[in-house]
Amino acid sequence: MMEIKDILKPENLVYGKSKVLTDTIMHYCPGCTHGVIHKILAELIEEMGIQEKAVGVAPVGCAVFAYNYIDVDWQEAAHGRAPALATGIVRLNPDKFVFTYQGDGDLASIGAGEIIHACNRGENILVIFINNGIYGMTGGQMAPTTLENMVTSTTPFGRDVEMNGYPLKMTDLVAQLPGTSYVTRQSAQTPAAVRKCKRALKKGIQNVLDKKGTSFIEVVSTCNSGWKMTPVQANKWMEDHMFPYYPLGDMKDCEKEKPVEKN
Amino acid sequence: MAKIKGAVVVDNEVCKGCGLCVEACPEEVLALNREMNSRGYHYSYMENPDACIGCSNCGVVCPDACITVYRVKI
Repeated sequence: MMEIKDILKPENLVYGKSKVLTDTIMHYCPGCTHGVIHKILAELIEEMGIQEKAVGVAPVGCAVFAYNYIDVDWQEAAHGRAPALATGIVRLNPDKFVFTYQGDGDLASIGAGEIIHACNRGENILVIFINNGIYGMTGGQMAPTTLENMVTSTTPFGRDVEMNGYPLKMTDLVAQLPGTSYVTRQSAQTPAAVRKCKRALKKGIQNVLDKKGTSFIEVVSTCNSGWKMTPVQANKWMEDHMFPYYPLGDMKDCEKEKPVEKN
Repeated sequence: MAKIKGAVVVDNEVCKGCGLCVEACPEEVLALNREMNSRGYHYSYMENPDACIGCSNCGVVCPDACITVYRVKI
């Protein structure tokens, strides 16, 4: 019988931590989807060999400390202004791979104007949109993406659409715009979903490297501490309640429209 | 017949005991330890190491990247 210590050899390694991730312990709550997305992003940056040319724009929200975890160049944007900052970076350094990493409180509410105009201009950036239907960092308040009748700390009786409006489907809005090239909605709760999400992110990165226009990847996520559940319960709740309203899949996959040629 | 055997190493101090790897494991190898690490989390460990097939599902879902997976053909 083979002993465990005989298996633990470098030549038998099949999965390990990416070198692009730093050794800092992440501050996220146990089971937070941010950690998974950071990890697959770092793996892709390592696999595609773009660590030197990657520039990230961090949001305000839980992912504000992303620069501590992924070892690439980062800029910290004001709340919701990550696409505007990314526009400046990519226009001055067209050879860099620029991505923004935003939550739903950042991208869908205060930053809704920025993201729509950045996508409409077809800036050559990758937008990663983490949608957990809540303001996670500040204590679980209602966000624009909060589901109907969902209980949050500012809607203790559930979100009332008469008073607060309907949950905002940012990805569907952005897919209408001619500047975007790849718009998709993914999740990361099971091994299969994580692998699928990684393929989508890889495609988004490749589109940006090929200068095809804005790639927009939404990841439907959990906020187990904001939802007051265990990580496993939160994943189940997300599958039962979030997926019917935010169905997964590619919404758009093409090249951005070319300007109409002048005669 | 070639048999595949795997082994998982969990970084006990980094693990936050979220239990996602326990849920993702198809062979019920992993479980949360009764012991705690220095930060007060019940870290994940191989409760049933002989059943591990090294599929790396636990490593893929781990949000803290604290799982390393090894696999060997016997």
